Amino acid sequence: MSTPPRKLRIATTSLAGCFGCHMSFLDIDEHLFELVELVEFDRSPLTDIKEVGPCDIGLIEGGVCNAENVHVLRAFRRNCKTLIALGACAVNGGLPAQRNHLPLSECLREVYQFRPGIANGQIPNDPELPLPLDKVRPIHEVVRVDYFLPGCPPSGPAIWKFLTDLIAGRTPRLSGGLLHYD
Amino acid sequence: MTRQFLLDGQPVPFEDGQSILEAARQAGHYIPSLCWHKDFPAHGSCKLCIVKAAGRHVSACATPAREGWEVESNTPEMNGERRGLLQMLFVEGNHFCPSCEKSGNCELQALGYEYEMLSPRFRHFYPERPVDASHPDVLLDFNRCIFCELCVRASRDVDGKAVFALTGRGIDKHLVVNAESGRLADTDFSKDDLAAHICPVGVILHKGPGFAVPIGERDYDRESIRQKKLRDEEASS
Repeated sequence: MSTPPRKLRIATTSLAGCFGCHMSFLDIDEHLFELVELVEFDRSPLTDIKEVGPCDIGLIEGGVCNAENVHVLRAFRRNCKTLIALGACAVNGGLPAQRNHLPLSECLREVYQFRPGIANGQIPNDPELPLPLDKVRPIHEVVRVDYFLPGCPPSGPAIWKFLTDLIAGRTPRLSGGLLHYD
Repeated sequence: MTRQFLLDGQPVPFEDGQSILEAARQAGHYIPSLCWHKDFPAHGSCKLCIVKAAGRHVSACATPAREGWEVESNTPEMNGERRGLLQMLFVEGNHFCPSCEKSGNCELQALGYEYEMLSPRFRHFYPERPVDASHPDVLLDFNRCIFCELCVRASRDVDGKAVFALTGRGIDKHLVVNAESGRLADTDFSKDDLAAHICPVGVILHKGPGFAVPIGERDYDRESIRQKKLRDEEASS
């Protein structure tokens, strides 16, 4: 009697992202049933596991905007055989990177001190809060990235095509209507 | 007897003085371009039309066709070079497609799709380029400028206004507006100028239309830039 093939282990996380790519991941709809036959989830918002363990595939949504993002991203790189930048923010910094031409202190003051309706506001400095970086970076500027899946968010069909290619051992390819940057 | 060269093994006829790119487009073959426009002399700055002619890399828009040349264009090597050029153009400016009104109608983006550019590959410059919203009808978002000079040429040579210019050198090069204040509102620029309709990317944007045509139903959501450009060429000939 042959044993069923080992399930691939996948971890996912959102760094400086909006979880839109994760929502789009859920948009593969009924393919989720096929997917769970082939894979099991490690750290992910779907499992609520807090630390990433050894995995085959890591999906990173969002860019790198603070010290905790760097920490999580490096842990994913250490543990995942294949690391994937999922969505526009992981690929080029995306919306959060629009603050890159402004001094960080100005951004923080604008939000926590000068915003209308705020009285006696101060910039949060609790030691538990991760320190923001001066610029938001796409993940390939911090760790080596194996594949990039652009889109804001990448569509469900694009994510499904990408994952099925990868799981089947093919080089993932998004052509025709599946490749979008918006 | 018609003179011809070989483009990826296909014979392409040409007339004296015609560039490789012009002759190829006329014969229904696509060589990509961003800064080239059939109504203006070749500019040769974007380098997307790079081909290998007689063993050398040249800009197809600026190189006259020669009898008997063997030109390589749609090959893995040349398309790889183009992907690299696109990646450099993307990291040099601030190209955030999801928040750009030109998304879906942008030639830079469409070429990214055409050549399957998935990653920026290089480190982003994130240059600081403030927008100019002074004009009542048109917004200038310099973040997306690729220095093709099409607006410069159209404004100077067709509109007769010389509203735009490039200034600075190397990495400091940028598009400026010809007014003491530097603001578009203080020029005689009009939304009906050719320069207002020629930007291949999302720098010169008309105020108002915004997302009237939704993302997903725009030019390059419907067809590839290769198909569109060949169709436009056929329609104009």
